Amino acid sequence: MTTKKENNVESAYTKRSDGRAFDELRDIEIKVGITPGADGSASYQSGKTIARAAVFGPRTLHPQHMQNPQKGILRVNYDMMSFSVPDRKKPGPNRRSQEISKVIQWALEPCVDLDSFPNTVVDVFISIPQADAGTRVAGINAAAIALAHAGVPMREMASAVAVGKMDRTLVVDVDKEEEDYETGEGATDIPICILSRSKTISLLQLDGKIRPEELERVIEMAKKCTDEIYKKQAKALKDAVKEKI
Amino acid sequence: METPLIHKRRIFEYLKQGKRFDGRAFDEYRKIEIKTGISANAEGSASVKFGDTEVYAGVKMSVVTPYSDGPEEGTLTVSMELGPMASKDYEMGAPTIEAIEMGRIIDRGIRESKFIQFDKLCIKAGEKVWSVFVDIYAVNDAGNMMDAAALAALVALANAKIPVYNEKEGKAEHEHTKDSLPLNKEMMAFNMTLYKIDGAIIADPTKEEESLGEYRLSVAMAPNKGEPLITSMQKGREEPITSEEMTRILNMLNNLFKELYPKILKELW
Repeated sequence: MTTKKENNVESAYTKRSDGRAFDELRDIEIKVGITPGADGSASYQSGKTIARAAVFGPRTLHPQHMQNPQKGILRVNYDMMSFSVPDRKKPGPNRRSQEISKVIQWALEPCVDLDSFPNTVVDVFISIPQADAGTRVAGINAAAIALAHAGVPMREMASAVAVGKMDRTLVVDVDKEEEDYETGEGATDIPICILSRSKTISLLQLDGKIRPEELERVIEMAKKCTDEIYKKQAKALKDAVKEKI
Repeated sequence: METPLIHKRRIFEYLKQGKRFDGRAFDEYRKIEIKTGISANAEGSASVKFGDTEVYAGVKMSVVTPYSDGPEEGTLTVSMELGPMASKDYEMGAPTIEAIEMGRIIDRGIRESKFIQFDKLCIKAGEKVWSVFVDIYAVNDAGNMMDAAALAALVALANAKIPVYNEKEGKAEHEHTKDSLPLNKEMMAFNMTLYKIDGAIIADPTKEEESLGEYRLSVAMAPNKGEPLITSMQKGREEPITSEEMTRILNMLNNLFKELYPKILKELW
């Protein structure tokens, strides 16, 4: 087993199969306005992972008992298309998609300002036509653009990335092959969402193995990536508006 | 049931002075009580109490065909039930997102740590493996059901015994062998959830404190022979975490782990 010293630590993971540097994101492609019937929409592609988001609202919220008389609420639904993954995923929600919907809602909530829209809902539908890991972070990135595109008042932008640890090596934007890595300490998957102005963390999940000291570096790497992602999100929105004018 | 505004205000005031209603420190857990073998028909079982919060966990095992992506590995399914007996806030019916999320966080803490050696649960490669079900039931929710439930699941797994395998019929008997589950004790991860309320970060909240949490961060840590490892993390609720809070949180978790883990281990192995 060949190892390499990264930050003075021996690790079995010495290079990435797609040739990327450890701190390099996959190729990003963003399209805005892809769902004309929605109030706002966007797709975010990272490598082979594609996420589509469509936003409707603010609109009246049914059922009434869910309404908040003080401000509008954000409701997120994340769904993977059955053919998005190699082993067909049965259509419809499952526990995983319900959990992901919830954490994405929590990630986006601090970005929007719905104080002026009591008793309404802003519905965000995230759909994954093709999955190669990092679907929830791609979904957040698409949804954030779609929300802005819909004209929902926003305090700041949300940008997300999945940082990973392959044996002892920290990498960014984990792909499916890396997610399945088993050598040494195996793969650790850490989806993180960072808000553009406050630089606070609105999504943080982890599964795998990591030392508490390594987390600081993880967050540093996430901040660099989300800065880069934010620039691309902002540019895509500006270009979309320019086109309209 | 919404915590009355007057209670909320009081809790805020107390926290600003570094106090909690029940007199605990911010990083102090309530009395932890662990009982094992509370259900004779289960392969393994436990009840855990954190103060008045009580939860039961039971392990059941059966023989199944393995998944195609793990032909020589046993399977694990974890479920969490938050039923109306445990709290006025819970209703009959399909699991709510709260129960789903809780179950999944507990599942990840167990699964990702490789606490269970799944490859040792193979009976016949590609044909028969052991499936492990851990079902957790909230009995009384007085706050921090998350951590109590996670601990109950671990304890139930720790004292579970593998059923007798009837080779002729290819299924499990209702009798137990003397064999424990193949477990990696050094990777048994203790789940700690911290809540941020105003400027305070507290551990093991009561129901009222829980309702005030602006965000919560659940972190599972395993001893790993003296080099503690985090095996799962989940941030919940709407408020984002600042860098400064992250540092405070990690310090608190390291200290909590050093203090609590040995106490729990004493009750177990």
